[in-house]
Amino acid sequence: MITAERKPLEELIEYLKPFKRVLLVGCNECVTVCAAGGRKEVGLLASGLHMAMLKSGTNVEIREHTLERQCDPEYVNELVSMIDGVDAVMSMACGCGVQEIARRFKDKPVFPAVNTKFMGASERQGVWSERCQGCGDCLLGQTGGVCPIARCAKQLMNGPCGGSTGGHCEIGDDVDCAWALIWERLKALGQEERFVEITPAKDWRPGGGAGPRKIIREDLAE
Amino acid sequence: MENFEPVIVAFCCHYCAYTAADMAGSQRLAYPANVKIIRVPCSSKVDALHLVKAFEKGADGVYVAGCLEGDCHFKNGNARAARLVENVQKYLDEIGIERERLEMVMMSAGMGYRFAQAATEMTEKIRKLGPSPIHVALVGKENTSQLTGII
Repeated sequence: MITAERKPLEELIEYLKPFKRVLLVGCNECVTVCAAGGRKEVGLLASGLHMAMLKSGTNVEIREHTLERQCDPEYVNELVSMIDGVDAVMSMACGCGVQEIARRFKDKPVFPAVNTKFMGASERQGVWSERCQGCGDCLLGQTGGVCPIARCAKQLMNGPCGGSTGGHCEIGDDVDCAWALIWERLKALGQEERFVEITPAKDWRPGGGAGPRKIIREDLAE
Repeated sequence: MENFEPVIVAFCCHYCAYTAADMAGSQRLAYPANVKIIRVPCSSKVDALHLVKAFEKGADGVYVAGCLEGDCHFKNGNARAARLVENVQKYLDEIGIERERLEMVMMSAGMGYRFAQAATEMTEKIRKLGPSPIHVALVGKENTSQLTGII
């Protein structure tokens, strides 16, 4: 999923100061799962903003709404009936949702309420870690299901480097060395010989090096 | 300010603090009428939204009362509630409300005196702190006693 974290309240208040009525929009997908921008977080942020502004004597009306998915135009269209009554929109979705609202409602200022972080998995309740960088040419089949692009600080294709100690990366004891994980995994699979194979330098074009990416499915596209 | 009577909301676990409140009553222990009790099936049932909304509606103080450490009827709900309270205290810092206005207390069902003591201590603490800035903004500086009707 795409993970996110709420921006500091102070920054959000600065965004909203010039407006009288604001629509705070959440998303029921990834940001709900990582507890950053779902219905509950919309309620919490609306309350927090309301109180902070009451305190400073600013009067901003905050309306709340949570969409099923903010990155799809069909769902964003739901906002049509609400958009005229507000001066600005604040989105609690990832960057994709914010941009979809901006594209759909060209005359409304849109502000992000969260910082979109990474594509990650849940390690345990309340902890998410980066697992994928969308490099566009997945090599998990060669690395025992552990990604050296997302999980190695140097994105080495032939690791580990000299900074790997006791299974940890030199950047911090709380960071696993991806190549140590790959070795353990290949050992468990009885595929140690894979470790000595030299992987050539990666082509970064499918990973965004050739500009913004797009998928067109001819059978689905209208 | 002299006549300020704080409005305090207490979320009380059914298995301990709520029963302790009953016990305080049976033992004829007096505690301040400022405390409005809301019974919850476990202290971990309390959500950040409940706490924040209480402040938004003008409560001067809020506390969550759960079972003693290790005694939660649902294993570890009280520990989770304590973590939630800590997290909401940080949010209150951001909003600009003193974190002391929110507290987690723990007691057993038989500790009627502890319930009365916690209610009294919280009321006294909030009385010293004065009305919450939201309370003041809602009803105006001169009329802080009017809020009871809002909550």
